[in-house]
Order: sequence, then structure tokens, then C-alpha cells
Amino acid sequence: MTKKGWLYWLFFLALFAAPFYLTEFRLSLLGKFLCFAMIAIGISLIWGYTGILSLGHGVYFGLGAYCMAMYLKLESSHGRLPDFMEWSGVHQLPWFWKPFEHPLVAISSAIIIPVLLAAFLSYFTFKNRIKGVYFSLLSQAVVVVFVTLFIGKQEWTGGTNGLTNFSTVFGFPLSSPFTQIILYWITVCLLLLIFLFSRWLTVSRFGRVLVAIRDGENRVRFLGFNPTTYKVFVYSLSAAFAALAGIMFVLQVGLISPAMMGIIPSIEMVLWVAVGGRSSLIGAVIGAIVTNSAKSFFSENYPDIWLLFLGGLFIGVVMFLPNGLAGVYQSFKQRKGQREGKTHEAGSHVSRSVGGF
Amino acid sequence: MKPVLMCREVSVDFDGFHALQGVNLEVYPHEVRFLIGPNGAGKTTLLDVICGKTRACRGKVLFYSHDITKMPEHKIVRLGVARKFQSPSIFHQLTVWENMELALKQDRGLFAVLRAKLSREDRDTIIAVLQRIQLFDYAEQKAGSLSHGQKQWLEIGMQLIQFPQLLLLDEPIAGMSEAERERTGELIHEIARNCAVVIVEHDMDFVRRFSKQVTVMHEGKVLCEGTMEDIQKNEKVVEVYLGREEKAC
Amino acid sequence: MSVVITQVFNGFSLGSILLFVAIGLAVTFGLMGVINMAHGELIMVGAYMTYVVQQIFAKYAPQSMGYYFFIAIPVAFFVSALLGWGLEKILIRHLYHRPLDSLLATWGVSLILQQIARTIFGAPNVAVLPPEWLDGGVRIAGVVFPYKRLFILVFVILSIFALYIYLTKTPAGRRIRAVTLNRDMASCLGISTRKVDAYAFAIGSGFAGLAGCALTLLGPIGPTIGTYYIVDAFMVVILGGVGKLIGTVLGAFGIGLVSTLMEYSTSATMAKVMMFALIIAFLQWKPSGLVSVKTRSLD
Repeated sequence: MTKKGWLYWLFFLALFAAPFYLTEFRLSLLGKFLCFAMIAIGISLIWGYTGILSLGHGVYFGLGAYCMAMYLKLESSHGRLPDFMEWSGVHQLPWFWKPFEHPLVAISSAIIIPVLLAAFLSYFTFKNRIKGVYFSLLSQAVVVVFVTLFIGKQEWTGGTNGLTNFSTVFGFPLSSPFTQIILYWITVCLLLLIFLFSRWLTVSRFGRVLVAIRDGENRVRFLGFNPTTYKVFVYSLSAAFAALAGIMFVLQVGLISPAMMGIIPSIEMVLWVAVGGRSSLIGAVIGAIVTNSAKSFFSENYPDIWLLFLGGLFIGVVMFLPNGLAGVYQSFKQRKGQREGKTHEAGSHVSRSVGGF
Repeated sequence: MKPVLMCREVSVDFDGFHALQGVNLEVYPHEVRFLIGPNGAGKTTLLDVICGKTRACRGKVLFYSHDITKMPEHKIVRLGVARKFQSPSIFHQLTVWENMELALKQDRGLFAVLRAKLSREDRDTIIAVLQRIQLFDYAEQKAGSLSHGQKQWLEIGMQLIQFPQLLLLDEPIAGMSEAERERTGELIHEIARNCAVVIVEHDMDFVRRFSKQVTVMHEGKVLCEGTMEDIQKNEKVVEVYLGREEKAC
Repeated sequence: MSVVITQVFNGFSLGSILLFVAIGLAVTFGLMGVINMAHGELIMVGAYMTYVVQQIFAKYAPQSMGYYFFIAIPVAFFVSALLGWGLEKILIRHLYHRPLDSLLATWGVSLILQQIARTIFGAPNVAVLPPEWLDGGVRIAGVVFPYKRLFILVFVILSIFALYIYLTKTPAGRRIRAVTLNRDMASCLGISTRKVDAYAFAIGSGFAGLAGCALTLLGPIGPTIGTYYIVDAFMVVILGGVGKLIGTVLGAFGIGLVSTLMEYSTSATMAKVMMFALIIAFLQWKPSGLVSVKTRSLD
């Protein structure tokens, strides 16, 4: 195995072992950050590899989380009407809430609904060759639609407060450390799977088609590929990752509200990836963890300067570190390589691709 | 013999500007057809219409028996029409090898590409083409780092490896050195053994050296067709084309 | 009948506000192609400048309070313009070829400006007292037209007219159009494109300041007032068709009228949801405002 491969496994091993060396509070934070890392991998795929900047991933995350939360809410209400509905004067469970009594329905719709939305939206947009900043701004408009809807339809969604006060999941108490550790491990496993799958995608010929689309979408057409199909696929895939993150998020945090899927969180998701390095999957994971750790550090200690720091981070990364932390690491390695006179790096690649010859 | 390409009364309007006005063109297998004409004659627009980048507002384009007038670009390519653009349109962030791998004749559907592996046969093909365009030693370099002439060749290589039946070239020798031009001219005739070629070219020496059939376009219409000698004798051509050059001098 | 008139007037009134927040963007985004997410914060700066001018008047010249607004207008314009000018010089200049990155960087700027506003003026909203002569309204055919709304409508029409005259009739404005239409050619003709860029961006930002000034008439203002309008503003420009002032005007009044109509038949929330869904759907149907001019080159 290569040195890089070992580093990856070591990283994930450290994540697996986290319950043994982190306090309960820190572990719950890390669990939350790993959910964000899932979203970050998806954004890296669409933005770093394919060149699509989506400012709407909060919606897919939110829809996934809400679907899961509806199940949790019903389970915690023990057959009665959820509390917020009573407060809003609703007397009967709305029809579309009913199927969410079944965990399988809830989990599968938590994935399927966001993916369908992403596929529907991206199919028409990309087919009509709307791209670049126009797509970004349109995806932001989608966020406005959903956030306004979720706040406005208080009797169905819990309004600004969102859905919270869950007690159990599949009969296990959500507040017990044991359940939380299991949920944490599931999150790590899912993250690992998402990471491996995405890595497989990017090193394959499929990944090269994505990069080619980023470099020049029209040229790809004249090689006989239909960019729309590829873009819709990868965009929907990233929506699925965000939805999965939403499910795990609501299980561990026990709360989802419109403020977590709005315009600001959506654009912060992009920042995680920018910090880590937009076209590096592991960079995206690390970026999500680092940025969010910084966020909780600042908001615990210096809440006033958090926004200044965040704003500075946006500007600084774009201006000075367009390839993020992964870029810093790479240029460091290159400089080190040059010092040690290791220039046969390029040569080894040739022997790999032309190996059978 | 059946024509590879048949354009019938093709017209294109750009916001009221008549870029093409009823163009007829037939190209037969193994033919190398040069399109010449002053700027704005509609040569590039005609190539754009054939490959689907621009839509004809009237008329028909047939590729063998397929009507490709309204077909999306990628489907036209899949039928066997390859297009090289004026400025090198290769993928700068990918290596030369990866560029070739994408251009390979293959099933370009999403799921086929997901499962795609480089077969021994494909690998040999890529190596053969890379050697032919003299880029084998650069296989692992990023395409963006090549010289201008090499980029042009890489793109020609990417058209070659598609094994097209019709190749559309837009000013393939622009920016090339004398030796590179010579080599490109030979390459084009090698290619024509297996496919028909349509070339837009401004360089008259190159046209003289490598052309058999030439089509002269002017103001969105075909002015005349024939060998270079015929055309040089044609008074209309001298008037619109050479006459203009004299005036410019 | 009076209901119809009221609704149409409300539509135009909403349209005039949307047009105001979008005029500046029509210049920076529509003409120059820069995605400035801090546009909303430039509006906020204009609003706070109005507040500051009012406070100064209240303290030093309470007898001429009625006229503070006429001082606030140029102050808001020039402070926002100056800020925009600096923003272009320091940041945006380096990102002309990376639109997605300029989107992110200017978002960062917007966060910083918000925090600065919060530090200086405090997090809670502050109220700007409109001049007394704007209180009340005129009653025609049983319908009351508030003076404030009428004033904004007139104010925005004058602003857009001034911008139009500036762009088409003055040499400086023509230089802006020349650069935005064909940068290389303009620079060959001896126009300093760098200067024009900074200048045009400052003009666009100045109009954001004017919008902020107008918004103070509608209610209290706060550090996040810009966030509230930014998406709407971009939608107006995109819907109208990028690069066309008249498109922005039509887009703004179109959205204004349709939203008021929907608000009348449903609720404010659903009207907003449906309006945005409608815009997204419309742009799928007719992306003509979105697609760039036909060119020979690929990408």
C-alpha cells in the first residue's frame, strides 16, 4: 500500500477510536462534524471536480433531516398528535405525515425525496444549458423557497423552531451515551463508504469525464458524451450524500430547523470545501472538521469575532489558497521532493498507465 | 457512390444576419474537401451546422442516410462525425493520455463509463495514435503544458482515435511551423484513406499543395467547386477573393 | 374597483422597492458580470448613513429636520460608492475571471460588513424617522396612496432615468458601455479598462446606497437588512435578462405585480414561495436572459 493510503486508513482508524479518547460532549460535536464532512465530499465532487457551484445543498440536507425527524417525532409522541401541531390548532395528523410512522418509509424517503428534487431541478437546468453563476443563484432561490415554506407552514413543520424533543429511536433512548456511540460509529462507517465510493468514482474514467466537463463542457459534447447526464448524476449523488448527512445529523443532534438549511448554512458548506481544497476529497473532509471546530471554538470563546473570522476565511481562501489545505500540503510535498531531488514522480505514472505494454 | 455528407439548401440566420443562404454540399468517401473563401463567407458556420453546434433554420443535413439536422451534438459525434475547432479544445487539466482515453471510440453512456476499464486493445490503439502524432513521450504531461502545435496535433489525434467517417477540421495548421504544416498535410491524406475530410483553411499555399477538390464560399453561398486550377481561372472567384486581397494590399 | 387599484398600486410599490435594490446590481452584475454578494450590505450601509445623517440633524439642527433626507441621499450614495470602489480595487479586480470565486469572496465581505455594523450600531434594529412631510397620503377615488410609497416610486424612476442618461449620453457612461461590450477593443481605443471597471463598480454600489436610503422610509433597519434583499435583487436582474436596464425594470415591476396578486389570493408566505418557484420555472422555459451571446469559440 502507498504511504498516502496508510495515512487515509490511519485517519479513519483515529475517527473510529474517538469514543475512547474524547469526552461525551466533544464526541457529539465530532459526530456532527462528520455529518458535515459527508456533505463536503458531495460538494467537492460537484464543485471541485465538475465545476458546478451549488448554493442549495442546505435544502437536501434539510429535507433528509426533516424526513428522519418526522419519524422520530411520531415515535416520541406515542400515537398522539405531535406537540407543535396541537399548539397550532391542528386536530388530525396531516396525510403526508402518516407514512413516516414506519422507519423504513422515513429513511428511504429521506434519501429519495432530496435526490428526486435534485435530479428534477438539475435535469431541466442543465438541459437548458444554464450553468456557472446562474445555476448557483438559482439554487440559492430554491433555498429561499424551501426555508420560506418550512417557516410559513408552522402547523406542518414546526415553523422556526423546527422539529425537536425526540426521546427514542427504534426504542433506544437517544440521550444515552451507548446509543450516541453507536450512532457515531454508524456515521464514521457511512463517511468511509461515501469517501471510498467517491474516490473510486474520481480515479476512474468517469472522474476524468467530470474534470473534462469542468474544463470545457462544450468540448465534451464533441467527444460524444452528453454532459447533462453526467452532471445530473453527480449532482443528484451529492444531494444523496447531503440527505444521508441530514439523517445522521438529526439522530445525533436531536434538532432540525429551517435556520440549519438556509442560505447561510448552504454557503458555509461550500466554505468547508474551499478551506480543505475543492478538488480533494480528503481535503473536503478535513476542511469540514477544521472549519467547524474553529466555529465552535470561536462561538464558545469569542462569539463577536466569529463572523469577522468567517468572512476573512472566505476572502483569504479564495484569494490566497485557491486549492485549500490540500493545496498547501501538495506544494509543501513538492518543495520537499525537489529538495531531495525526487523528480521521478512523473515517470512512475507513465509506467502505471502504460504498464501492460 | 453514396455521399458521406449531403447538405441541402442549408440556411442560418443570426439575428437577421444571413450567415448561410441555401448552401449545397456533397462530400464522398475518402475525399479531402477544402472550404475557402473570404472572412465572413460562412465556412465555420457551415462546419458548425454539420456538427450540430449551430442549428440550420432551413434545409437539411444528411450523414449517409441519417438526418442529423436537429440531432444533439453528442449523438452526431457518436454516429461518426468528428470536429476539430479553430482554437485547440483539449482538456488542459488532464494528461495527454487521459485526453486520448476520453476520445476513444467507446460507449459514452453514464453506466458504461462507470464500468469502463482500459482494455489491452484500447491501450495499443492509444499508443499507436500517440506515436503517429509524435506525442508518445508526452503521454503523462498535462495537456495544458504542450506547445501550440502539439496541442493542435493532440486534438487531431483525439479526432483520429474516434475513427470517424467524416472529419471536420477548422484551420488545423494555424500557428504551426513549416515542418509541422508539412507533417499535418501528410497526416490528413493518411486519414483520408479511411474517412472523408472537410477542411476550412486560409493558407493558400497549403491548399494548393494538399487539395484535390476545393469549394469556394462567399457571403453565405457556394460560389463554385473544382480543383485549385479550375478555381484560379474562375473569374467570379478572382473578383471576390483575389480581388479583395489586391485591394487590401 | 378600489380593491383592484389598491392591489395594482401595491404591486407597483413593491416593484419600485425591488427595482431599487436591483438597479445597482444591473450595473455590477448585468453590465460588468461581477457577482457581488455584498451588494445587500452596500444597501445596508446606505440605510445606516441615512440614520447617521438623521441623528446629526436631530442633534445639531433640529429646526431643519424636514430636509435631512436631501442630505442623506448624496451621503448614502457617495459612502456606498466609495466602499464599492475600494472593494473593486482590493478584491474584485483579481477575480474577474473567476466568477464563482468572486461570489464566495464577496460573501465573506458581506459577513464582515454585517459584523462591523453590529459593532458600531448594535444588533437590534434602529428606526429612522421619515421626514414629516412624507406622513399621510393622498386619497383618490376612495383609495389612499401613502406619500412614502409614492416618493419611493418617483425616486426610483428618477434614479433609473439618471442612470440611463448617464450610460447613454455622457462620455464617461459610454466608456463604461464600451468596456462592458468589448473589453479588448475598448482598451485598444485607449480607454483605461481598469479605471472604468472601478468607476462602474462604484456607480453600481452608489445606487445600492440610494436603495438603502429609500428602505429607511419603510421601517426599521438592521445589520442583516441586506441579506433579506440580496436573493430577490439577483432574481430581478436574471429574470429581466442580464445586461439590459429595461429588462431589470420589467423584471422588478413584473415580480411586484404578480407577488401582490398572489399575496392577495393566498398568504404572504405562499406568495413568496410561488413567486420564486415561478421564476425558477420561467427561467427553465425561457433562459434567453441567461444564455450568453453566440460566439465562435467554445466555452
